[in-house]
Amino acid sequence: MSALIDSWPALLAGLGTTVLVLVTSAVGALVLGVLVTVARVSPVPVLRAAAFGYVQVLVNVPLLALLLLAVFALPDAGLIAPLTVTAIIVLTVYEAAYVAEALRSGINTVPRGQVEASRALGFTLAQTLRLVVVPQAARAVVQPLGNVLIALLMNTALAATVGVVELTSAVNKVNLVQAQPIPIFGAAGLVYMALALVIGLGAGRIEKKVAIRR
Amino acid sequence: MRARRVSETAYLYDEPGPRARRRIRIASAVSVLVLAGLLALALVQFGSRGQLDADRWTPFLSWPIWEYLLVGLRGTLLAAAVVAVLGGVLGVLLALGRLSPVRPLRVLCTGFIEVFRTLPVLLLIYLMLFGLPAYGINLPVLWKLVVPLTIANAAAFAEIVRAGVLSLPRGQSEAGASLGMRRLQVMRAVVLPQALRAVTPSLVVQLVSLLKDTSLGYVVAYTELLYRAQVLSSYNRLLIQTFLVVTLVYLVVNGALSALASRMRRRTTRTAAPVAAAVPPQQGAPAPTVEAPRG
Repeated sequence: MSALIDSWPALLAGLGTTVLVLVTSAVGALVLGVLVTVARVSPVPVLRAAAFGYVQVLVNVPLLALLLLAVFALPDAGLIAPLTVTAIIVLTVYEAAYVAEALRSGINTVPRGQVEASRALGFTLAQTLRLVVVPQAARAVVQPLGNVLIALLMNTALAATVGVVELTSAVNKVNLVQAQPIPIFGAAGLVYMALALVIGLGAGRIEKKVAIRR
Repeated sequence: MRARRVSETAYLYDEPGPRARRRIRIASAVSVLVLAGLLALALVQFGSRGQLDADRWTPFLSWPIWEYLLVGLRGTLLAAAVVAVLGGVLGVLLALGRLSPVRPLRVLCTGFIEVFRTLPVLLLIYLMLFGLPAYGINLPVLWKLVVPLTIANAAAFAEIVRAGVLSLPRGQSEAGASLGMRRLQVMRAVVLPQALRAVTPSLVVQLVSLLKDTSLGYVVAYTELLYRAQVLSSYNRLLIQTFLVVTLVYLVVNGALSALASRMRRRTTRTAAPVAAAVPPQQGAPAPTVEAPRG
């Protein structure tokens, strides 16, 4: 236990970095994911194909490979940014594909008849989306998006492998000095679980709040 | 294949008229220009640093390099197979435990699943690498990768299997019970075979995620694809090329698995609702399965 008390500033700094990376890449991934989804359901074949390709590539490639590519390889092509920024960008790009998948499955939950009904009423595409599809899809998508954010939280740990000193990395460094793995790693595990719990409870709460009672 | 993908969301709009067609054509042209511009920008950036020179890419046409990388791919597939088998078995057991009427067992399995579903695998790997040796536990390098991955993936598999069991109509197990079968017999002979078949696409998707996770072998220095790429690139100094090639290999292997999963899913939804694609459905499209994507 004393190991934790002795080194709390380092651990707290690590936690701060984890939260920073989590929040910024979550916002980025949500924005990019919405854009990709819009492209994916648009009537423009080129955009649809590009969005489909984007999701397929990023869902099938390991995040670690992308991180190594961005951090160690891309500087050879003159593309270089601070370490944490690079990690945030990679996480954003990677997780946006999962956000897009979640949003698309949300759109698929809206029964086709609803869209056909609104078209029969003479709604334009924009009206159909704004008044019929999005309000229903958004409600179906809260829980899946919560799961994506929890996955993102777990993925922020991978930034440790390229040298970002976030929680996992900080904990590992503290352990190398103090050599008390069980309490130190256990505490980090509890923190991750608490963060995931916050995301999960938040998603549950939002879902309940926006639910339509019929 | 292509026609199906287009028709997937085509019900959102009417058949475009002449004006809409012109607008779509303009939007297509603009997006082609923008995408081509981005690609050109990237190529110019790469080219200006000499990354596109032929002699930086030709090494990847030679067999020895591929042989070196394929040994890594073999390691990746081996680790993935071991994790899939162990994690699959453990996952089924955990799911059964979580559904069990025995309270302590249920609490234990629920706790295990919930804990390891929210812990980063890397934390477990660091514990394996730097923590446990202090207690005299020092496994061979394959197991340093496989044990954490098995624990994490068992929790994920368990949730998938449990969802499958819960989605089965209750009458199935009641019918089994009324035939005088024991609970475990009902599970083994009636419930699990149907539940597992129903969730096979999700299990394959989890397999893709598992295969991606084996890239953590890079951290424990286990000979898998990404680790080999790292070693190779420190010899030949072709970082961008090596990592791009390896990314492509992952894309091919996992893309094949993903395609298999979506084909399976399409087949199961088709048997559920035979008039899905050809005839416009009367009301309420076949309920699409919403699964929680995890990345």
